[in-house]
Amino acid sequence: MRLSEVDTTIPTPREPTTAPAVEETGSAAVIPPLITGDKVAGDVTRDVCAPLERPATAMWWCVFIVALSALVVGVVSVGYQIATGIGTWGLNRTVGWAFDITNFVFWVGIGHAGTLISAVLLLFRQKWRTSINRSAEAMTIFAVICAGLYPVIHMGRPWLAFWVFPYPNERGPLWVNFRSALLWDVFAIGTYFTISLLFWYIGLIPDLATIRDRATGLKKKVMGWLALGWDGAARTWARYEVACVLLAALATPLVVSVHSVVSSDFATSTVPGWHTTVFPPYFVIGAIFSGFAMVLTLMLIARKVMNFEDYITKRHIQAMCKVIVFTGSIVGLAYLTELFVAWYSGSIYEQFAFLNRMAGPMAWSYWIMVACNVISPQLLWFKKVRDSIGAVFVLSLLVNVGMWFERFVIIVTSLTRDYLPSSWSGYSPTWIEVGSLVGGFGLFFTLFLLFCRTLPMIAMFEVKAVIRPKADPAPEESP
Amino acid sequence: MSQSLHVGVFEDERRFLGATRACAERDFEIVDAYTPYPMHEVEQAMGLRHTRLPWVTLAGGLVGLTGGLWFQYWASQTNWPLDVGGKPWDSLPAFIPVGFEMTILLAGLGTVFGLLIRCGLRPGKQPKRKIPRVTDDRFALVVRWKRGARRCTPVADLFHEYDAVEHWEER
Repeated sequence: MRLSEVDTTIPTPREPTTAPAVEETGSAAVIPPLITGDKVAGDVTRDVCAPLERPATAMWWCVFIVALSALVVGVVSVGYQIATGIGTWGLNRTVGWAFDITNFVFWVGIGHAGTLISAVLLLFRQKWRTSINRSAEAMTIFAVICAGLYPVIHMGRPWLAFWVFPYPNERGPLWVNFRSALLWDVFAIGTYFTISLLFWYIGLIPDLATIRDRATGLKKKVMGWLALGWDGAARTWARYEVACVLLAALATPLVVSVHSVVSSDFATSTVPGWHTTVFPPYFVIGAIFSGFAMVLTLMLIARKVMNFEDYITKRHIQAMCKVIVFTGSIVGLAYLTELFVAWYSGSIYEQFAFLNRMAGPMAWSYWIMVACNVISPQLLWFKKVRDSIGAVFVLSLLVNVGMWFERFVIIVTSLTRDYLPSSWSGYSPTWIEVGSLVGGFGLFFTLFLLFCRTLPMIAMFEVKAVIRPKADPAPEESP
Repeated sequence: MSQSLHVGVFEDERRFLGATRACAERDFEIVDAYTPYPMHEVEQAMGLRHTRLPWVTLAGGLVGLTGGLWFQYWASQTNWPLDVGGKPWDSLPAFIPVGFEMTILLAGLGTVFGLLIRCGLRPGKQPKRKIPRVTDDRFALVVRWKRGARRCTPVADLFHEYDAVEHWEER
């Protein structure tokens, strides 16, 4: 199986052709190349390694200090909450889940795009993935770290978090409840994190070897240790590619299962607005939607700050915009399906739950969600909008906001008003909850910025395979 | 009969592939090739067999599935029967998600460790041959004469013919 096939559209400077190579195929003439600037393999190494080999720029430090400050806000908030108790949150008797679980579902969702880009697009042989897969996978890992922290914080006594694992204990042993969707979550998120980390690391090994061979001193030692003695031998490559395809084939059903299991946390309960069978596909597609928006946000910043405009080109942005408008439309369809099923079910509680979402005291959050997730992404149907970096950036931020509100709407509107009007209550977050939300973003961006400075952001060997010069038509070419 | 190996380093990918083909057609055996990215032409010229790694993945997956399902039954039905909302003891549908996750987890771990062990990749290991820039933009070919070859072309000539930038002999 091949990771990427020979790209015939890019001529190499060493072998100048009389006519531009893009005219060789009829349709290629209108499609801009994936990688611009007539790069050859050596250029790719130099360009991608450059940010790792020079001191950090002032821009990087500015962004890093902002991210680190946000992380500090989160650490202080969570520290205060753990020391005092979860009464410091705005949670109450009926609204037991709010900001923390909203954040959990939001961050798990963000992670999904990384796996989709690295695994699903690999299986579909999409060459445009090669410029963005590395950082999208890194994003997945950091997002899953952020996601995993929230339920642990929500436990109130995080030092007992290991109770969620089935380990032999002196209480019987009393095992965990394998029939609970919350326990499925532990296994789903744990497996997802492990497989994503392995997939990312395996993908990094050839590039770590490249850095090892360029570095000196301590860096050479560390990278040499991490590169596991990689030498690019043909037998290793052959096995390596098969392993990558196998991991991709495993990660693809895994990514579908993870958000399906997360949605089961809601769908297996009887709360109106949660108890719906549409939740698994609805959550999975929403996750891909939000994840692609986050990839786009990060890539638009990275290509500018790290000078990767030749690698993350308009074509990549176009492709991601198309995925966003496609998945965003499915999300819109899911919202309509929910409304239809609530009406069609004939259950007054279901009908009330959705009327309450649209016109109740928290209707503002529902309409923010619809505006950001369904209406604004429709602008991406227009090529002019997709070509405008600024417009795409703003739209990707709006999707992030909208998808955070989607989870907030699902959790909070359903819990504030369920079956018994006597237990209805309002909900408003305290500063501690807002601080933990800010801290999540701080952690995510801090990790991502450190990644940009220490590891190659673009999969060098995969890009090199994409820009390979056209293979010789003649088998013999002795001079 | 000398078993010395000849290493040729190439700058141009097409010249390197040409040399690979020429070696395969003449009386040379390609012992190894080093490239900065995977090249299927080289694998074909070397006549590499398909890897058996998928079997390791399958074995890992089967162990994960059976182990995961068995453990859930054993823990929630045999070792400490726990009545959860009156659900039946034999609640297979509820055990599927964890069984599935364990399948993927062990299949993935099996694939990764199978790859690392089979390729001899481990922390602290150094590459066997230190060929400059072979992880960057150069291509290297390691060849030797086939057993009983007539040796009509000297190796140096063949490498030279395909613009090798460096070549040396290893004994």
